[in-house]
Amino acid sequence: MKNKLLIVATGGIVGLLGVFLVTMGNPANMGYCIACFLRDITGALGLHRAAPVQYLRPEIIGLVLGAFFSALFSREFRVVGGSNTLARFTLAFFGIIGMLVFLGCPVRMVLRLAGGDLNALVGLAGLIVGVAIGTMFLKHGYSLGRALPQNKGAGFIFPSIAVVLLVFLLVQPAFIFFSQEGPGSLHAPVIISLAAGLLVGVLAQRSRLCMVGGIRDLIFFRDTHLLSGFVTMLIVAALGNVIIGNFNLGFEQQPIAHTDGLWNFLGMTLAGLAATLLGGCPLRQLISASEGNTDSVITVLGFVAGAAFAHNFGLAASAKGVPGAGQVAVILGLLVVAAIAVIGLQGSKAIGGKTNVTDSGRSGTIMS
Amino acid sequence: MLQTVDARGLSCPEPVILTRQLLNQVKSGNVQVLVDNNVAKENVTRAAENMGWKVVVVQQDADIVLNLSK
Repeated sequence: MKNKLLIVATGGIVGLLGVFLVTMGNPANMGYCIACFLRDITGALGLHRAAPVQYLRPEIIGLVLGAFFSALFSREFRVVGGSNTLARFTLAFFGIIGMLVFLGCPVRMVLRLAGGDLNALVGLAGLIVGVAIGTMFLKHGYSLGRALPQNKGAGFIFPSIAVVLLVFLLVQPAFIFFSQEGPGSLHAPVIISLAAGLLVGVLAQRSRLCMVGGIRDLIFFRDTHLLSGFVTMLIVAALGNVIIGNFNLGFEQQPIAHTDGLWNFLGMTLAGLAATLLGGCPLRQLISASEGNTDSVITVLGFVAGAAFAHNFGLAASAKGVPGAGQVAVILGLLVVAAIAVIGLQGSKAIGGKTNVTDSGRSGTIMS
Repeated sequence: MLQTVDARGLSCPEPVILTRQLLNQVKSGNVQVLVDNNVAKENVTRAAENMGWKVVVVQQDADIVLNLSK
């Protein structure tokens, strides 16, 4: 019961902060967006040169440090890795391309919906289809295999990167890019964004908030635990937007969004499938990376690499729509991710041990 | 003989899938689930309790042993 309260509270606070950060200066319907903010950080580091989307988002830095300290204090900091790392990198790489074609990760999808953006409803339908396909693979024995304990030092690399980024943000050295216009130039004051990030980092670490996991558990186990966080987030953010007058119901003229339904749908199908095969959405991957999971660190780097490609090769959507190259990338991504899913069906057999389970293709980890 | 699920090192939601498969098979008695992190511990506990099993948690070095009974 305590856990339930925690996840509902976390969802509510993220929803509230999502609205609040926009009033403090963040781009509209983008109080929080893991995919967009990772893309902005990628740009700030010069890994892509799309001038409007470059900023070292303190929300992400705070999220990582908040989750790291929370994991340390709760003795949940455990350094593990080695579970099909390259497959995880690839899934993340294509997953974020899907999100950047839709223009948002599952968190921003909820916040867009809460702002009245009905294109996000199309995205949600796509996400559900993607998660449902991923769940089908899980049911039939998909696994990326076991992670094993690793040298403890490796777990400190990721939070250290966050500290370095924080220093860059404060010092603003010449080699870091900061947007002068566009979404990257819109941001709340650093201290507020950082505090919001820290708070959500701690809460998300404690509550295990995960959108993709929420849909998956509902489809798979009829379990609404994880989903309840996101439902609360949607309700709180929608109410907040109505109160401050940022609620604008419709498809047209939505902030940092396009109306191309097919690609909104397929982009999120790709994102949902990739995230389900990864075991969680980008938010969850960031938290898990901060808790010492080095596979999740590589997953985050996969997001960064995918974001760099998305903008260096003109794959990402903008308010004008989805470029042809982006459409090709989504189709390619769906094929690659589906291939990893099929290969992963053999994964559980490789885990080892004797099987006595017959009701699915999953085997190997039940010993009698 | 005590049936055991070794879900150490597996990512979400695989520990729950494996546990549910075994619980659907054995229906009642004693089952042991090995996990190595709190997320898996909570998820498996929640799933097992929803299926009417009683869960007792024992920390064993780096591993967490969940003793399920019904």
